[in-house]
Amino acid sequence: MKYKDIRIDHRIILGMIESHSAVLDLGCGTGELLSILIKEKNVRGQGIEIDEKAIYKCVAKGLTVSHEDIDSGLAEYNDKSFDYVVLNQSLQQIRNVNAVLEDALRVGKRVIVGFPNFTYYKVRLQIFFYGKTPVTGALPYQWYETPNLHFLSISDFISFCQLKKISIEKSLFLNKKRNIAILPNLFAQIGIFLISKQPLRAMEVYF
Amino acid sequence: MTIEKTNPEEITIGISQIHYFTFDGLTLENDEKLAPVTIAYETYGSLNIEKSNAILIVHALSGDSHVAGIYKGENNPGWWDNMVGPGKAFDTNNYYVICSNVLGGCKGSTGPSSVNSKIGKPYALDFPLITINDMVNAQKRLIEHLGIEKLLSVVGGSMGGMQVLSWLVRYPEKVRSAIPIATTVRHSPQQIAFDEVGRQAIMADPDWKFGNYYEGSPPDKGLAIARMVGHITYMSDTSMAEKFGRQKKNNTQPFKFIADFEVEGYLRYKGDNFVKRFDANSYLYITKAMDNFDASHGKPLSEVLEGIKAKVLVIAFKSDWLYPAYQSKEIVKACKLAGIEATYCEIDSTYGHDAFLLEVEEETNLISHFVENVFYGYEVTGEYEI
Repeated sequence: MKYKDIRIDHRIILGMIESHSAVLDLGCGTGELLSILIKEKNVRGQGIEIDEKAIYKCVAKGLTVSHEDIDSGLAEYNDKSFDYVVLNQSLQQIRNVNAVLEDALRVGKRVIVGFPNFTYYKVRLQIFFYGKTPVTGALPYQWYETPNLHFLSISDFISFCQLKKISIEKSLFLNKKRNIAILPNLFAQIGIFLISKQPLRAMEVYF
Repeated sequence: MTIEKTNPEEITIGISQIHYFTFDGLTLENDEKLAPVTIAYETYGSLNIEKSNAILIVHALSGDSHVAGIYKGENNPGWWDNMVGPGKAFDTNNYYVICSNVLGGCKGSTGPSSVNSKIGKPYALDFPLITINDMVNAQKRLIEHLGIEKLLSVVGGSMGGMQVLSWLVRYPEKVRSAIPIATTVRHSPQQIAFDEVGRQAIMADPDWKFGNYYEGSPPDKGLAIARMVGHITYMSDTSMAEKFGRQKKNNTQPFKFIADFEVEGYLRYKGDNFVKRFDANSYLYITKAMDNFDASHGKPLSEVLEGIKAKVLVIAFKSDWLYPAYQSKEIVKACKLAGIEATYCEIDSTYGHDAFLLEVEEETNLISHFVENVFYGYEVTGEYEI
């Protein structure tokens, strides 16, 4: 597989992670990202996943994966067991976001969070003009079948980090094909954050 | 690797041969000496030159060394035949598979029905109380006898899983991977309670005679009842409903308490069959060994797993209420705390505890890839979809 074939959010995460580090992927699905990280960055990777069929695919890829809920699967790791804990596209499906993020920041030295931005302009337009729950590329589900429990925006997440005194070390905003530099809360479909509990010398100001 | 789905009844590995290894003796965990000791075992496939492809399969309460294939002139395949053979989960084209009868058993290994050489009669209750660790020590002697330094994997379900944990905790340098299935670090009171009902049924049988029945008729009734209780705990509410419903048998006997329902007939049949192949005293000794087992001797399991390099695959089954998934999760939790790479899967099955013998496709999926990865070293294989 060529670099350009790697999904854009995976590419971003690949760029955030240092070689030979230990990575825990929460909601690792069929192990796509973990496989890429192991291949490209020689990480020591593990995953947690709730879907049984996905577990079989992970095991077939040679991955170490635990079949359980993210909400309950984190408590059992020692502090700083991993260099990175990844929550890509799974944050919005977790019951207790606050507790999981806190635990992720305990278990990992850094946490990478990626989620669909609920205030992407097309989402706003759908709500505004049709008066219906939006269905987009990043939010592809009808309201009655969505696994998403939380709908948050990039601004929401930044406020959350400020409130909880979580440092945002890096942040990237994307649509399907490229990075979004201007007004990400309006124009980005996805936000990816590298966060930690380590205080940064100067908190970056985004807006 | 692709797994070909085969009809297990049609394809076995072929004729299997039972071997016996007799050695000077064992000092048991309780410091008693048992000498000499014979271990019955079978092997499948062949050991490679590096001796790096040996897999030890350890059996459950009522199992034996006959894990796959058929004996000459018989047609009962081994108890895990659909998992062991060419192209199966434990692919005998690649691996050397060993299975031995446990110490205390009655299928060729030294147990209470074996002749005590000092008195020329079966041990009966003179047989010392054995433990799961003693069973593993005997297996270790066998492995050494076969010239194997390190096992590629040790695998087993139920009581077999306890032996796997014992191997992992006590001889971590001897195993590259461990696969405990539908098992526990230690029995819960509920598990001990069911074992005790079985033991009481045997001991209440007047034919038991404090274990000295080898010259007369054995306590078949008691052992059959023990087995009936066992079978109830191996199934689930759902699997029983699916298998038997409330179907009644056509029975014309004049007795009032005949086996009206199919489930009754099934349990009686299973009980009556079991006594033909199992020794009641072995049942007492082995269930006691299970009840007394504690993989970490009261300490947190994570503490005793610290620093272990072996890879672990833990498998549980959703409808297993005898060895519920939470007990398997405890193993996973301990591995996480100890920093051991552990893969865990809770297979969605309705078969109850029996699932570990029945969910062949799912187990094959997990085990074949897991063992393959340990064998060939770590490598991300296959195409990943984008």
